[in-house]
Amino acid sequence: MTHKPMLIAVLSMSSLALAAPGASQSAQVKRGEYLVSFGGCHDCHTPKKMGPQGPELDTTRLLAGHPEEMPVTPAPTLQGPWMAATVGTMTAWSGPWGISYTANLTPDRETGLGAWSEQNFVDTMRTGRHMGRGRPILPPMPWQMVGKLTDQDLKAVFAYLRTLPAVKNRVPQPLPPAASTASAEPAPPK
Amino acid sequence: MARFLAFLLTSAVLAPAARAASPLPVHLRDTGLYAPGRGEEIATDVLPFTPQYALWSDGAEKRRWIRLPRGTQIDARDPDRWVFPVGTRLWKEFTLGRRLETRMLERTRDGWRFAAYVWTEDGSDAVLAPPTGVSVPIPSGGRWAIPGTGDCRACHEGQPNPVLGFTALQLSSDRDPGAPHAPTAHAEVHLEDLLQRGLLRGLPSSLRSTPPRIATDSADERAALGYLNVNCGICHNRHGPLAGIGLDLLQNLSEGQASVERTQASAVAVRALRPVGGAEVRLVPGQPEHSVLFRRMGARDPLDQMPPLGTQRPDPEALALVERWIHSLSNRRTP
Repeated sequence: MTHKPMLIAVLSMSSLALAAPGASQSAQVKRGEYLVSFGGCHDCHTPKKMGPQGPELDTTRLLAGHPEEMPVTPAPTLQGPWMAATVGTMTAWSGPWGISYTANLTPDRETGLGAWSEQNFVDTMRTGRHMGRGRPILPPMPWQMVGKLTDQDLKAVFAYLRTLPAVKNRVPQPLPPAASTASAEPAPPK
Repeated sequence: MARFLAFLLTSAVLAPAARAASPLPVHLRDTGLYAPGRGEEIATDVLPFTPQYALWSDGAEKRRWIRLPRGTQIDARDPDRWVFPVGTRLWKEFTLGRRLETRMLERTRDGWRFAAYVWTEDGSDAVLAPPTGVSVPIPSGGRWAIPGTGDCRACHEGQPNPVLGFTALQLSSDRDPGAPHAPTAHAEVHLEDLLQRGLLRGLPSSLRSTPPRIATDSADERAALGYLNVNCGICHNRHGPLAGIGLDLLQNLSEGQASVERTQASAVAVRALRPVGGAEVRLVPGQPEHSVLFRRMGARDPLDQMPPLGTQRPDPEALALVERWIHSLSNRRTP
């Protein structure tokens, strides 16, 4: 009888030890989810739909980027102090850089981040280049600020993104300034 | 000019990139490239070399040198991954109308570190660039981008061997006559020279008897793969951070023909992760215009261009070579 409490204690410690990796991973994912929510990632990477209280997240396409099937007409020509414009989903942006479409951050290999490693993601946020080596990331993605996160936090964000349902959504390629803006001049008569 | 130099000096002192114990010299003249007190006379323990396959840098002329610490050797047992002794330094000088910069790699106890020295417009001095990089005017117009340390790492740390131009393949005496921009008049150092100087140890006997070359019978394929190896394979390979993309343009001497076949298998008739201008497949035999690899080589829109760093205009000689190679693929069996 006297050994019973000790046996229970040992078993409990064993259970904790066995559960530790999973618990740690879960904590990392939760941390990532927290950072993604607070960091405003959904603002641009999750399409919005109109609800009774105004625009709300389309939860069927969490962080899946600009919907490929959504037609985007040429952006309006902005004047005076106005510099940028966006569409109702907030997934396409126009400015001096042209038109940029927010990326699909879900783990789909063909159209999302499925081919990316954790290091690719960290390198991207640190350098402002795709996978840390490719083309420059365009505005309004605030990679300079996200890149201030610690390695641990960036890895947590990536771990959370890995848990999202993979959405097959091939986001359009960005457009350079000349091709993206509607002419301010009226169309010539035909 | 004084203000510009002061900015460079201040930035260099504040640079977080100095991972090694001692700070980088502020002036190129203090790095050991030149003989002390003898102007720009190259130091006697510094060896010039020229790789057979050149990295395209918008047509800039380049000179390269290496210096090993006295009495040390390069561990050459793995022909694809030479191990350099601590203290090794390599330099590369870029000239486009005038001398623009000289880059330096140094092997320290903590790993490799990277530096760029910016030449003054009158060519009298070269000063350490800030770690974020800087651009300088080119005499013919436009500006030259001197890379920051992050950009240096992007290219040099994309595969296991950070030294890209001083390898068994690059220094083979079996020089590729079809290599774009093949050097003609430079003093060339071959593997045999390095062996005679006692600078290599463990070089496989097979490479002593037969100078290494890319294992293909096609002259165009040999030259194209050599070019892609150094201009693209440094990032696009199966070892480094971009392995997940599944494009392998790095040639491994230790694998011979299997390396060539793996390159083809990763590119020919393989859908690209990102289409470019209507092209969706990495390499379409016989159809360069429908091959993403060819299209991105010829693009200089920052969104599409390849390589994404270090060049502002395409390489016409390389494009012509790769175009011929893609046409030739339609007449050959794929592995």
